[in-house]
Amino acid sequence: MNAHTLPIDHLNEAQVDEFGREMDAIYDEVMASRGDRDRRYILKVIRTQRSLAVIGRFVIYAGLFFLPAWGHALASWWATLAIMGLGTAMLGVAKILENMEIGHNVMHAQWDWMKDPNIQSNTWEWDTMSPSDRWMHSHNVVHHTWTNVVGKDLDVGYGIMRVTAMQKWHPAYLLQPISFVLLMLLFEEGVALHEQAIDDHMRGRKTYAEIKPVLAHIGRKVWRQVVKDYMAWPAAAALIAIPISFFVPWSPWAVFGMVAAANAIANVMRNIWTFTIIFCGHFPAGVHNFTKAQVEGETRARWYLRQLLGSCDIQGSALFHVMAGNLSHQIEHHLFPDMCSNRYPEVAPRVRALAARYGLPYNTGSLTRQFGTTWLKNLRLAFPGGGAPGSLTA
Amino acid sequence: MNKQPAAPASASQSGSFARKLWSRIEPITDYFAWPLRTSHYVELVNPLWASHALQARVEKVWDETRDARTITLRPGVNWRGHRAGQHARLGVPIGGMHYTRTYTISSAPERDDRCITITVKAIAGGRMSHHLVRQIKAGDYLPLGLPQGDFYLPDAQPVRPLFITAGSGITPAMSILRALIAEERLPDTVHIHYAPHEFDVIFGQELRGMAAQHPRYRLHLQLTRELGAASVSANRHFSAEQLDALCPDWRDRDVYACGPQSLLQALETHWQQAGLSRRLHVERFRAAYADVPADAVGGRVRFGKSQVVAQADHLTPLLRVAEDAGMNPPHGCRMGICHTCDTRLLSGCVRDLRTGKLLNEVGATVQTCICAAAGDCELDL
Repeated sequence: MNAHTLPIDHLNEAQVDEFGREMDAIYDEVMASRGDRDRRYILKVIRTQRSLAVIGRFVIYAGLFFLPAWGHALASWWATLAIMGLGTAMLGVAKILENMEIGHNVMHAQWDWMKDPNIQSNTWEWDTMSPSDRWMHSHNVVHHTWTNVVGKDLDVGYGIMRVTAMQKWHPAYLLQPISFVLLMLLFEEGVALHEQAIDDHMRGRKTYAEIKPVLAHIGRKVWRQVVKDYMAWPAAAALIAIPISFFVPWSPWAVFGMVAAANAIANVMRNIWTFTIIFCGHFPAGVHNFTKAQVEGETRARWYLRQLLGSCDIQGSALFHVMAGNLSHQIEHHLFPDMCSNRYPEVAPRVRALAARYGLPYNTGSLTRQFGTTWLKNLRLAFPGGGAPGSLTA
Repeated sequence: MNKQPAAPASASQSGSFARKLWSRIEPITDYFAWPLRTSHYVELVNPLWASHALQARVEKVWDETRDARTITLRPGVNWRGHRAGQHARLGVPIGGMHYTRTYTISSAPERDDRCITITVKAIAGGRMSHHLVRQIKAGDYLPLGLPQGDFYLPDAQPVRPLFITAGSGITPAMSILRALIAEERLPDTVHIHYAPHEFDVIFGQELRGMAAQHPRYRLHLQLTRELGAASVSANRHFSAEQLDALCPDWRDRDVYACGPQSLLQALETHWQQAGLSRRLHVERFRAAYADVPADAVGGRVRFGKSQVVAQADHLTPLLRVAEDAGMNPPHGCRMGICHTCDTRLLSGCVRDLRTGKLLNEVGATVQTCICAAAGDCELDL
């Protein structure tokens, strides 16, 4: 494994320490200023998300009353699909908000300081197949501590992709353009199975018996999700179709399928969006990876440096940042993972200026640039080599 | 203070039927709401209907004196009704952070609008009491706990009560008196109440009105301060002679007392000397502290999880030390009864301020709200 040359050699030890102190100062200042404004923000996001979710689901139901079989003046496939589409979009947006700006950030303990018993990292459960406690381990502990360290951070390629030239090539990586698309569509399931315990089993470090309780735990969460989106809501919708089943006997089955499909589309919408934002966080061109040797005996200041070099921001509007769970401020999130997310926009220019003063790169760009280079790197690294200086994969 | 009395049947028949039906339906609808519960969505419509967390809506605020305010609260549907004299925990977000304190309910359970009132006096340096008295307005929603406490009159045997209260210590007595009058079973009652001056008596008008209307209720207001005079007239404070003069038959009465520490201590000593401790029932707003030996010292407190180190003296509860150091550890009653603040002792020694007993085993449970440092110590917070 050949290490990158990191663009930090121009800083001596004392300068690195000063950089760390400046970073600490930003953190301390913002953390001390948290107050009512922040509480109102998260409560508003939660209220909006829950309203959107429940209204979205009932709009999907409302669409069913416009099925042609009802025979009233407005009944048509067009009206049905348009209304159901609207409801599906609302539900999809609600799921995105729930996973990113709410779930991810609450479970980062960003809101624990409020001591609100209803918004605590250790009791929060989110609307996705991955159980919150397992995700918190693989994400908060493994990924955020070992960010971009090849061989330590499971998020470097998620065990199925080659995202840096530092990973050794293997013929299986030839398929990674396909796994890229599959993971995008099934990101929720991927995250549920993205698990240190499963990785350990694959590598023969743990027996099946040892990881069985973890698998059962994940299985229970997956089952509850399936019951909700693909059984409970569709089955209740099928009851609506009972009156028209006298004219169109198979209509309850059709309605069941339509609502299940609408929920599946909402889930896939969320999968594509979260995949896009998250892949833009650590894989675009210009991002740095590290060897285990490089992080040996790392100080707090050098940890900051690694987070800065290993993460990328995405530029966009205020609404875009909220929809991205402020993970479009991935650099700031990695520097200060437990700072409440609504503060990242105000911290970003300070971090960027700080990086500039110390002559350090700050990787930011449009969604097109970040996602485009992620995709190109994925194609290039499917084949052996890569990592030549000045290239996309450097 | 942990006996839970049976709830009086406050809900109407139809209300309880609807609630029973809903409790059957809710487990089914919860499958639709996963990973939340149905109640989280019900809360969007009306926070008082939520079942996952009890809240109360502030209906009205009313100033009793210049620094005491009565707040009328409408509790959510899961409220179970209190016994006159009980208290409940109330949460308030201040500066984005959630704080909890315990307040006595001053209304009678017999109120027909299902509301309760609490009367809060803003104490100097009291973060939450100040916020409640000055900032809370009608329409706000506050998290509420269920009623607790054993400071209430027995139902079974008739008692002849003597209430001795001071300042905001009037609140539980008020609730009991209002309840007795509403139930039309007011016994022969004597009430000695201490307050600074006549315009500083919480519920002053209502107390005088009650005394005028009910001959069985005898009120002795002891005003400890002349209007305009700066000094305190010491002879108006509790003394044996005063008690003999105001209530000659005090030996035959059950005493219900609530007020500042100094008053309660004087009462305890007096009733103990008379060999009548059994008849004295005391409600404290804070735990009674044992004497700390003169050689007790504080020390350096380390909060292991938060990596905070603070200097503490031997009198300040560790919870307060943590809060002054910028932390916000879990807490509830702040008087050592609810165990919300329990944490583990990692090393060193702390003193339980109520008993004066030292705790120094590693792993021992420390109630931070009533324990102070006794030398250096480390807590799992």
